[in-house]
Amino acid sequence: MSISSIRVPDVGEGVAEVELVEWHVKPGDIVREDDTIAAVMTDKATVEIPSLFAGKVLSLGGEIGETLAVGAVLVTIEHAGEGRVASAPAPAPQAEAAPAAPAEAPMPKAPSAAPLGSVAPRPAVQAPLASPAVRARAREAGLDLRQLRGTGPAGRITETDLAAALAAPPQAPAAPTGRRREGSEQIRILGLRRKIADRMALANARIPHITVIEEIDMTALEDLRATMNATRGERPKLTVLPFIAAALCRAVVDHPEMNAHFDDDAGIVTRHRPVHLGIATMTGAGLMVPVLRHAESLGPFAAAAEIARLAEAARSGKATRDELTGSTLTISSLGPLGAIATTPIINAPEVAILGVNKMAVRPMWDGRQFVPRQMMNLSASFDHRVIDGWDAARFVQRLKQLLETPALIFMEPEV
Amino acid sequence: MRRETCQVLILGAGPGGYVCAIRAGQLGLDTVVVEAAAPGGTCLNVGCIPSKALIHAANEFQAARHLAGPNALGITGAAPTIELSRTMAWKDGIVARLTGGVAGLMRKAKVRMVAGQARILDGKSVEVATSDGPLHIQTEHLVIATGSRPQDLPVLPFGGDILSSTEALSLAAVPRRLAIVGGGYIGLEIGTAMAKLGAEVTVVEAAPRLLPQYDAELTRPVAARLKTLGVAVLTGARAQGFADGALVVATAEGDRRIPADKVLVTVGRAAATGGFGLELLQLDMAGPFIAVDDRCRTSMHRVHAIGDVTGDPMLAHRAMAQGNLVAEVIAGRNAVWDKRAMPAVCFTDPEIVTVGRLPGDAPEAAVTSFPFAGNGRALTLERDDGFVRVVHDRATGLVLGIQAVGAGVSELAGQFALALEMAATLTDIAATIHAHPTLGETVQEAALKGLGQALHM
Repeated sequence: MSISSIRVPDVGEGVAEVELVEWHVKPGDIVREDDTIAAVMTDKATVEIPSLFAGKVLSLGGEIGETLAVGAVLVTIEHAGEGRVASAPAPAPQAEAAPAAPAEAPMPKAPSAAPLGSVAPRPAVQAPLASPAVRARAREAGLDLRQLRGTGPAGRITETDLAAALAAPPQAPAAPTGRRREGSEQIRILGLRRKIADRMALANARIPHITVIEEIDMTALEDLRATMNATRGERPKLTVLPFIAAALCRAVVDHPEMNAHFDDDAGIVTRHRPVHLGIATMTGAGLMVPVLRHAESLGPFAAAAEIARLAEAARSGKATRDELTGSTLTISSLGPLGAIATTPIINAPEVAILGVNKMAVRPMWDGRQFVPRQMMNLSASFDHRVIDGWDAARFVQRLKQLLETPALIFMEPEV
Repeated sequence: MRRETCQVLILGAGPGGYVCAIRAGQLGLDTVVVEAAAPGGTCLNVGCIPSKALIHAANEFQAARHLAGPNALGITGAAPTIELSRTMAWKDGIVARLTGGVAGLMRKAKVRMVAGQARILDGKSVEVATSDGPLHIQTEHLVIATGSRPQDLPVLPFGGDILSSTEALSLAAVPRRLAIVGGGYIGLEIGTAMAKLGAEVTVVEAAPRLLPQYDAELTRPVAARLKTLGVAVLTGARAQGFADGALVVATAEGDRRIPADKVLVTVGRAAATGGFGLELLQLDMAGPFIAVDDRCRTSMHRVHAIGDVTGDPMLAHRAMAQGNLVAEVIAGRNAVWDKRAMPAVCFTDPEIVTVGRLPGDAPEAAVTSFPFAGNGRALTLERDDGFVRVVHDRATGLVLGIQAVGAGVSELAGQFALALEMAATLTDIAATIHAHPTLGETVQEAALKGLGQALHM
């Protein structure tokens, strides 16, 4: 690695000084070649200065508003390859004034010869100037001496400089580098948004959530889904959702405590036999939860068609009250936006909710080697008042088993 | 097979290996050093120390010869003679004392020494052929410090009258006519000593001048002294072979025969990377050398390399510093190679010291120098040849390099290196009182001159 400095270029037209108007980088930033590092202003135009190197910005040559001479060091950059001192190329100034009449246009000047020699009387210092003792102390303290300005002869970093730097409080937040934003805006929470707010607050306040996150190998299910989609004919295209719905319906046969409502005022848990599956859906107005009625009775294609219909109805505001109430268990999926893990909030008075996270190919160890597998995490939240962690974990394990061996989903429930 | 384990296993007990071992031992690491020969490596056994002993004996002999003739000091004496085998015995005594000292220091640091030739089995295990049979050593960290060997020429393979530096430092008698192939520092050091001991010496160098890595200004006093000593120098000449008691060299004017009893080949040194299973590790190489990073780590986890196997400059003090560094790195310390100065000394006559940048390396820098002809101490030593030179930043006076050529200047190497490590400026040197009368005053004078304040010029 070496360190090079980029100097203020000769922007032409006899300009000897420029004003720093904008930094696009700060120390520690990684820049690529040609990335804009700063904007400087002459009395004629604003000029953006590109980086000549790809590397890490070590130091800045001044603050916004400071005036720098042409040839002054603008930034130092640590990069691979030989150390250099270079003037940034002078790009064509973006003239702010309206184009002048052709007759007044200045003749293009011949490129100024060898700005490098004329502006670089000193060699780029490769390493900070400091005694071995100072260097060793800085290394122990984890301080990069290149960030320090030495007060000794020739810019040597003295013991005192180092002591001052070590005693200094952690660096103040960087000075603002752009235009500040002012003001604020008040928005009244009404309608659906008000309702969502109330329900979320209630659910989060009253229900002690326990969330279990488990990773699922979706490879087999994805193969099945691909095959079914390839032979679907006129039927709707299957997403993962109908399969997860089917797995849930199968799993609650063994875990009836999950498909239930808890009336905490009355102290009664009502277990439901049918699975009315709430499908959390994003609409223009906000989050809505249309209900897939009797999900347990629907095959994948029927479920897919119904989910699509409900989502459309919710989004277009045509969903009936019936279609938006009565769910016994809810699925929340952010689809391709999904994250590695979420912590879903239970749709009260239900006692469980399943969050579906993003699927991705990840390397998995099969005992001998890493193999690429379609992996997806499930985040399941439970009402810890009525569901113990042990049951929550067993339920999630059952879901995992069903999804990883999808044939099990479609076997007759052992009632 | 006997088995041992350790935390640090060092291959080679030269300056790099033994320093690494002592430091590792001091840091509480269970350390083993494997060495086939005596501890101390090339430096103590067949390099720095024996050659300095020979040079000292040669200087004494030459001084006695000088004083046997008419001389300015008014001393009369008889013409001296030398029995080189006794000189060699004296030299061997010094070597034995030093190698014994190194072994003692390692023992004191609780380092285990294993005598025998090592063979690498993998990156963490080595088999050593000891006098008690094979020994298997398993380690956590391996340090390769196997050094270098004299490089021969295909046309002049070592053996018989073709000597490497090793044999030249153990001659039982001064050869009448000695031809030296290679005008680098090793050839010139031994050649100068042999000339002082009475040999007829011819130096053959392929480059246009001697000591080609230095600038002509620095080497001029050496060339002048060689001429005074009667050493013949053939530059731009390539050795072709040795036949019928003569070295054949190709020059621009055609082939020449140089009658010689012995031919010393000093064309460089080759990293000792073969013959002990190193290839098994398939380490990343930098040309013929093992590639290392700023912590002397090789491309293999927990395998370090130090010293001549890691490339130029092949200097004992570089290996020692690397050895020290590696011990600290292995002990988990936050150590990194950040040396600013690597002094190098040629024990020619006069001696040459270089640290940092030469004027040619830094064309934008300024140069100031002061001659020994202006130094009182130099005059009292009858040696007013040579100078001290400081390369510095024009604007700030920051010292970028210091060089000197002169009798006894090797002892100034420490001051030069210190100036660079401390990031000294001309003012720092000029403002430091240098004791009078010493050769070192020239350093202060050179700095003063660079500041436009020379007093004795």
